[in-house]
Amino acid sequence: MTVHVDIVSAEQEIYSGLAEMVFAPAELGEVGISPRHAPMITKLKPGEVRVKVSDSESYPFFVSGGILEVQPHLVTILADSAIRAKDIDEAAALEAKSRAEEALSDKTSKIDYATAQAQLLEAVMQLRTLDRLRKRGG
Amino acid sequence: MAVGKEIRTKIGSIKNTQKITRAMEMVAASKMRKTQNRMQATRPYSKKMGQIIKHLAHANAEYKHPYLIPREVKRVGVIVVSSDRGLCGGLNSNLFRKTLVQFRQWEKDGIDVDVCTIGTKAAGFFGNLQKVNMVGQVGKLGDTPHLNDIIGIIKIMLDAFEEGRVDELYVISNEFVNTMTQRPNVEKLLPVIADDIEDELKGHWDYIYEPDAKDVLDNLLTRYIESIVYQGLVENNACEQAARMVAMKSASDNAGKLIGELQLVYNKARQAAITQEISEIVAGAAAV
Repeated sequence: MTVHVDIVSAEQEIYSGLAEMVFAPAELGEVGISPRHAPMITKLKPGEVRVKVSDSESYPFFVSGGILEVQPHLVTILADSAIRAKDIDEAAALEAKSRAEEALSDKTSKIDYATAQAQLLEAVMQLRTLDRLRKRGG
Repeated sequence: MAVGKEIRTKIGSIKNTQKITRAMEMVAASKMRKTQNRMQATRPYSKKMGQIIKHLAHANAEYKHPYLIPREVKRVGVIVVSSDRGLCGGLNSNLFRKTLVQFRQWEKDGIDVDVCTIGTKAAGFFGNLQKVNMVGQVGKLGDTPHLNDIIGIIKIMLDAFEEGRVDELYVISNEFVNTMTQRPNVEKLLPVIADDIEDELKGHWDYIYEPDAKDVLDNLLTRYIESIVYQGLVENNACEQAARMVAMKSASDNAGKLIGELQLVYNKARQAAITQEISEIVAGAAAV
């Protein structure tokens, strides 16, 4: 008997296929899921997920946390694509904020716009001159 | 011969431009395939999560996460996803136009707006607008953005929502319809309307929760929001490459046309010069 296993992260599909059993590092301890397991949801700790396809063959995957969802014929692991911790998230938020402030104080893009406009004007004038030349030539 | 020196240089410079646009077109075409694959790859995650959240929201009617409760709207948060680079046709300007229309609507309703931007183009655009209150920004994510890169700005918005500073959260990005068509799209992220998520899990069973339903739901909702924004970002990337490919193709075609016309003008001028020279010689010979 087998159960279908999907391991997905936000960035990509990592594994999809049938397995005899799945082992995962749940938050309250390692779990092994056999086919026809009762529906269950749990958080995962960072660790190794092992998909046992047959007695001789099994695939290990590293997850840095996530969610494990179990239905009788389907096991889904929603893996985090990065190590998550409150202070790391906090630092990222602060960084994004400071970048916004920088962008507000730095008005170079306005200057870029002005240069682009000047260049556009120049090109238009050139084309107009060419047009006149063409009329005279033709 | 001194005839049409300017025209010849002009033709040369247009040829050079054409070479560049053609190269950019080919680069964009090959990148487009990769970004499209990446776009496909992100779908199962958020779809799966949507299903679980819907199920949880229905199964646990007694526990309502703040993300699921609609409230009176006084201020909204907006995450605008743009590309990092230009030369991709009207992709970004269409998106910004749509965003401004939306902003005006909110302004009319007396709703204030906080903006977070992804991509340097949006940062440049909204940074220069006086009225816009920009609270976060990321850019220069490259062709393979990672979820890590955008966690920061999402956290800013989620914190604002939890603390009641914003009452709704939207993401505005381009939707990839096909290679020729990209559509700016406004999507509401918060509050999550559980009924919106497609229902496949009808039935009266419930999960076993470890450690408990609240904990799992909290965790899932944050991830869900992140995955939707990330998907928007990846999709916007695919749009960027497609739009650039089309824009560069038409630029190359236009350059070709221009070269043809200039060549004609040049040939005529040359011919006229030769004819004039001959008639001068003939006239000179006749005079002798």
